[in-house]
Amino acid sequence: MMASDDSLDLIARRIRHRLVQMSHEAQSAHLGGALSCVDLLVALYWEVLSIDPSHPDDPSRDRLIFSKGHAVSALYTALAFRGFFDPEKLNQYNRTGSGLPEQPSPGCAPGVEWATGSLGHGLGVGLGMALASAINKIPYSTYVLLSDGECQEGSVWEAAMLAPRLNLGQLTVMVDFNGWQATGRSREIMQMEPLVEKWKAFGWDAAEVDGHDISSLLEELKRPSNGSPKAIIARTTKGKGISFIEDDNNWHYRSPSQEEVQRAADELGTSEIV
Amino acid sequence: MRNAFAEEILKLALEDPRVVVLSGDIGNRLFDKFKSAMPGRFYNCGIAEANMVSMAAGLSSCGLRPVCYTITPFVTTRCLEQIKLDVCYHRMPVTIVGTGSGISYASLGATHHSFEDIAALRVLPGINVVAPADAPELRAALRWVFTQTEPAYLRIGKKGEPICTDPVLPFAPAKWHCLRSGSDASFLSCGTILQEVLAAAELLAVDGVSVGVWNCACVKPLDNAALESLPCVPVFTVEEHSILGGFGSSVAEYFSARSSSPRLIRCGIPDRFLHDCGEQKEARIHCELDAQGLASRVMNTINRPNSPPDFLSFP
Repeated sequence: MMASDDSLDLIARRIRHRLVQMSHEAQSAHLGGALSCVDLLVALYWEVLSIDPSHPDDPSRDRLIFSKGHAVSALYTALAFRGFFDPEKLNQYNRTGSGLPEQPSPGCAPGVEWATGSLGHGLGVGLGMALASAINKIPYSTYVLLSDGECQEGSVWEAAMLAPRLNLGQLTVMVDFNGWQATGRSREIMQMEPLVEKWKAFGWDAAEVDGHDISSLLEELKRPSNGSPKAIIARTTKGKGISFIEDDNNWHYRSPSQEEVQRAADELGTSEIV
Repeated sequence: MRNAFAEEILKLALEDPRVVVLSGDIGNRLFDKFKSAMPGRFYNCGIAEANMVSMAAGLSSCGLRPVCYTITPFVTTRCLEQIKLDVCYHRMPVTIVGTGSGISYASLGATHHSFEDIAALRVLPGINVVAPADAPELRAALRWVFTQTEPAYLRIGKKGEPICTDPVLPFAPAKWHCLRSGSDASFLSCGTILQEVLAAAELLAVDGVSVGVWNCACVKPLDNAALESLPCVPVFTVEEHSILGGFGSSVAEYFSARSSSPRLIRCGIPDRFLHDCGEQKEARIHCELDAQGLASRVMNTINRPNSPPDFLSFP
C-alpha cells in the first residue's frame, strides 16, 4: 500500500486526534505513551506489514505484537483506520463488553495479535512466532513494538540473547523510546543508555532513528537485515503532536477535558475530518 | 521417567509434525536421538526459562505443539507469569514438563525442590495438571496431551521409579484408578510416591488394617466420581509436595463443600524448606512419606481418632 508522505502524515494526525478524543470519552490513562508510537504504527500498517484486514487470521500474514499493551488505544485506532474493523467501534473503547478493553484481551478485536499489558512478554512470544515461520515453512515477518521502560524487564533480554542464535532475520523489534515511564524519566530510573549499543552487543542489527520521521522509519524498516534480527530504537516524544501534552509525564495517567480535545484538534488541523 | 519421556516424545514427534521440544539447557544426551532425527524441531533455549515458555506460546499460536522441559522449579514457579498469561490466558496448547519433581533432587536443597508447583499451577484457569506415577503412566499421559488442545503440566520424576501401575488401565483426565480396596482407610496417592503408598498398604494389611489405594495422576481436574465413591473412613492424600496448596488441599476443597465428608489427613512435605536431608529415600523418611512413615500415620489416626492432626507438630 503506497501512500504519499503527506497522506501518511494526515493519517498520523487523524489517529492522534482520535486518541485524544478516546482518552477523554473513556476517561482512560496512557495517552502520552499512545501518542508517541503513532508514527511507528502508521509506517508499519500503511507501508510495511504484509496484511489483509479482511483476513486477519491468514497464517501467512505479517505479525505485529504490540508489547506495550497499556498504550493499546493507539493500536486499536490504527487497526480501525486501516480497515480491520469499523472505526465507529472506537466509540466503545474501554466500555465493558466492547471488545476494545483498556488493555487487550486474547482475540478481543481483529488484528490484535496478543493480550499484552504485563510488560516484557511480547518479544518472547514474537520469537516463537518468528521461529514458527521457519518450522512451518510459511514465510512472514514478525514485528514486536516495545517501550523503553519495557526494556527494563529481564525477560526482554532473555529473548534478545536467544534470537540471534536462531537466525531469525525476519524478526524486528521497534522500541518506542520516549524517555519516560510511569514515575519518571527512564534514564533516571535505570541505566538505559546506550540502548542501541545494548541491542548490538546482544547480536542484533540495531540502529537508531527519529521515531516521528516516517520516511526515516520506512528506510530503516525496509533495509534488509545483515542476517541478524533487527532492532530499531525509535527516539520519540511522549505525547507527540499536541504541544501541551508533549514531554509532560502527567499525561501518563491523566485524560483530557473536552476543551483540551478541541485544542488538540485545532493544533493537529483535523477538526473537520475525524 | 526422564528417559521414558525422551523416548515417548520422539515417537510422538515422528507421528505428529507439530511437536517441537524446547529444553532449558537440560538433559545431557537425553535428546540426542530426537535431535538427530528432527534437528529442526528441537531447540535448546538456554538458561532462560521464562522466555522458553513465552516462545512456546508463540509457537503454538501458529499451530505447533511445543513441549517445555527442564527441572520442575525452573519451568513452573520460575516462569509462573509466562504460564499464566502467555499459555493459560491465551489457552495455548503448550505442554510444560517438569522433571525431578518433589524431592527427586533431595540432596541439592531448596533450589532444586518443587513443593509448590502444584499449588501455583492448578490455580490457573484451564490448565490440566498431571502427576504420573511411573514411566508407563507418563507415556500414556503424554499421548493423551496431544489428543487435546488445552495447556497441560506434567509433573514427573527423575529416574529409577518402579513400575506400579497396571499397563492395561488407560490414562484419561479426571480418572483415578483404584489399585486396592480397603475398609479402614483410603490412600489417595499423587505421583511417584505411589510405590511407598502401596508398600504402606501392605504393611498395614499385615497388622490387620485394610487400606484402599487410589492412584490419582490427574490433579486437575479431580476425579469427582472417585471422591464420591470413597467409604466414609479416614482419607490420606499423599504427595511429594507441600501439604499446603497441593493435591491434598485440592481434595480438601472438594470435601469442604459437602455436608459430610471423611476425615482428611494430608501427607506431604511439611511447611518448611528441606536441606541436609540426604537423598530422596532419606528425605521421604524424614517427611514420613516412606512406607513405614505412612503406615504409622494411618495407625496413629485410626487409634486416636480425636487427636489433632499430627502434621501440625512437625519440627
